[in-house]
Amino acid sequence: MSDTSATGPDAVSGPTPDTALRAADGPMLAADGTPLKRSLNRALRAQKMRALLLIAPLLIFILVTFVAPIADMLFRSVENQIVSETLPRTVVALEEEWDDHTVPPNETVYAAMAYDLVEAAERRQHTRLGSRLNYETTGISSLFRRSGRGIDDVGESYAESFIALDPAWEEPATWTALMASETWREEAAVAEANGDDLPRFETAEGIEAFLPETASAYAGFANTIIEEDGDSPEAEEPWNPVYLALYRDLTANPERIDEYRGPESDLLRAAAEAAQGFESVPVIDQFEEIDDGWLDPEVWGTIAAFSGRYTAGYYLAAADLQLTPEGVERQPPDQRIYLLLFKRTLIMSLTITGMCILLGYPVAFLLANLPLRTSNLLMILVLLPFWTSLLVRTSAWKVLLQQEGVINDILVWIGVVADGDRLQLINNQLGTIIAMTHILLPFMILPLYSVMKTVPPSYVRAARSLGATDWTAFWRVYFPQSVPGIGAGSILVFILAIGYYITPELVGGRTGTFISNRIAYHISDSLNWGLGAALGAILLGAVLVLYWTYDRIVGIDNVKLG
Amino acid sequence: MSALPPYASTGQRAWYYGFRVLCGLIFFFLIAPIIVIIPLSFNAQDFFTFTPGMLALDPDAYSTRHYQDFLTNPDWQQPLWNSVRIAPVATILSVALGTLAAVGLSQSHVPFRGAIMAILISPMIVPLIISAAGMYFFYSRVGLQGTYWGVVMAHAALGIPFVIITVTATLVGFDRSLTRASASLGADPVTTFFRVQMPLILPGVISGALFAFITSFDEVVVVLFVGSAGQKTLPWQMFIGLREQISPTILAVATILVAISIALLTVVELLRRRSERLRGMSPG
Repeated sequence: MSDTSATGPDAVSGPTPDTALRAADGPMLAADGTPLKRSLNRALRAQKMRALLLIAPLLIFILVTFVAPIADMLFRSVENQIVSETLPRTVVALEEEWDDHTVPPNETVYAAMAYDLVEAAERRQHTRLGSRLNYETTGISSLFRRSGRGIDDVGESYAESFIALDPAWEEPATWTALMASETWREEAAVAEANGDDLPRFETAEGIEAFLPETASAYAGFANTIIEEDGDSPEAEEPWNPVYLALYRDLTANPERIDEYRGPESDLLRAAAEAAQGFESVPVIDQFEEIDDGWLDPEVWGTIAAFSGRYTAGYYLAAADLQLTPEGVERQPPDQRIYLLLFKRTLIMSLTITGMCILLGYPVAFLLANLPLRTSNLLMILVLLPFWTSLLVRTSAWKVLLQQEGVINDILVWIGVVADGDRLQLINNQLGTIIAMTHILLPFMILPLYSVMKTVPPSYVRAARSLGATDWTAFWRVYFPQSVPGIGAGSILVFILAIGYYITPELVGGRTGTFISNRIAYHISDSLNWGLGAALGAILLGAVLVLYWTYDRIVGIDNVKLG
Repeated sequence: MSALPPYASTGQRAWYYGFRVLCGLIFFFLIAPIIVIIPLSFNAQDFFTFTPGMLALDPDAYSTRHYQDFLTNPDWQQPLWNSVRIAPVATILSVALGTLAAVGLSQSHVPFRGAIMAILISPMIVPLIISAAGMYFFYSRVGLQGTYWGVVMAHAALGIPFVIITVTATLVGFDRSLTRASASLGADPVTTFFRVQMPLILPGVISGALFAFITSFDEVVVVLFVGSAGQKTLPWQMFIGLREQISPTILAVATILVAISIALLTVVELLRRRSERLRGMSPG
């Protein structure tokens, strides 16, 4: 007590809270002299940052492992780049040249298709494109597969004529001299000397003005040779369709060739003059020779309709509609399956939800009104199925419901059904409904129970003392108070039911399957990923709407487990 | 409801007992399918129903051959080993990340709390088939499809909502003055977390971990798409068995899984009571 001056509050030399209070005029200051408001804000910001830093690892993890996949699925449900990437020239040509959609397009479109298709066939992409378009119009897959083999014959007669005119046209060197840019040839020479991969092909400056189609077709040829075979275009004779392009360019505008001053100009001028005399074979006839499916305007209509980079086609297909050149139409009656499937999923999920309410309500009521010790014991009977593996419960039902299974055995033993006509309880809608009601029942009982626990028993007693019958007291007093529980349980069961896959797959047979089984089928069997993704996106939308409703009614923070 | 008053009328008596019989039947519906597979799994024959010998309680009609098949057949041992390899790692991943995030989320000032919570809970909301489809597309793009880590990450993502929910629920009852007391006594935040907070929220963390574990151990849809033959898990093998050649060994496996779930249920229930006791609420 002798030396208070050293430790007493007034002896502290630095700023104290007091200092701030004493600075009467200015803003209130924190101990270190900064305005209190700023100081508090800083503390709050630090607190927020700390919380976010704790959450960040998990948030990033979920974004990468879960949200990105969902986004990818949504992207795939509209993505349609395969047509415009595989047939770039055809897509442009169809857009510009094809007006009357009842007749096949003109020569330019067929020529563009020849350049595209030969490249796609060499890159082995034409079958993939064929399968994609086959989802829209049946038969395109086989058309593309057959054409992949025959497409290299298109332009063969022109190739022969050019080579007969001057054997230089057979020489790969002639073509690179004519087509390749100076820089590309230098880079290619360096790469060749070092044994590296060749650079991407570049066309010579200005050649496109004189030979537009040839430049494009040759560039496609050169890049395919480089990327697919690892060879040099300087060592390969071009494909026949490239000669078709050359013929078309030279005959379309022979006078312009006179202005050409680049390499091989004499050769080109001679060819331009001679090309007028070549026997002309329409490209359309050459396609007809490969497959007369190419004369069908519907094939071209499908390509034109799906040439965009993004399409609503999968969503239309998911709604039993299709995109035709004339606009959106309904699918032919024998192919309308998705609306039926959505309707079935909806009706069966509602039935299951209804069954769960019917079975869950009495049990929850009993549990909520029994003494705690007994109800805890009985609760185990609800929680054990809840904790038991889904597959265990499904296999149990599969075993019980079989024609030679336990239930049919008992029924035969009692004498309800004859041994000859045992009941068909599985591999139909009944099987799915029984098994799923059993599986989802705990999800109904638990929320119902927690709501009923909060209903004060005195209300019912009051109603009874005022003269209500047992039924009136229950229906007018108790039941309305338990409705939130029914709502919460129903939405939960319904959300779970419409997305179910395993149980319908195993006990549903052909008629008891859900939309999710169709999604799985498209992803692993039919490989129509876009349609699977579109169906998934629709289902996801439905679930999110329901979930939002659930959140509004119950609140996600009130979800309790066990 | 608790007891029938002595003055109850005949109708009330009938209703009282009728209602209990009805509830008894529903409980029977809930539990019987699970119980019935236990004796069936000891069937000496390859049938899925009670043979006359079993009904006569003839010891020869029972055998453990399906269990022996499970324990010796590589078709079952490999999936079992895969499940044991995948589920614990996925659980550790979800618990570590989930607990950290739950602690963050329970702070008093968290910006965008609602949106973050919605994202973190979403794996539980989205139907499994959609998660599976999306993961299949995306994981094949990034080369995780058909790999061990792909399956582990997918399962960890599915388990995280359960960890978040159970741990945040425990943190609601957590007394913040304890951490402040610890800090004022000179402990750094890490020490405070492990020495003060963690022991108190441990029941929530463990029950979250059990949920995450059972989610992974029981999961079949996502692993069907994200995994390849090398990651075939026990549920996957059961699924194939149920879809194609249904063999009675499935019932033996099912019985073992029921035993595991009873054990897990007991642990969760004990933890729940402990946590309620710690929070000063009376256990049920």
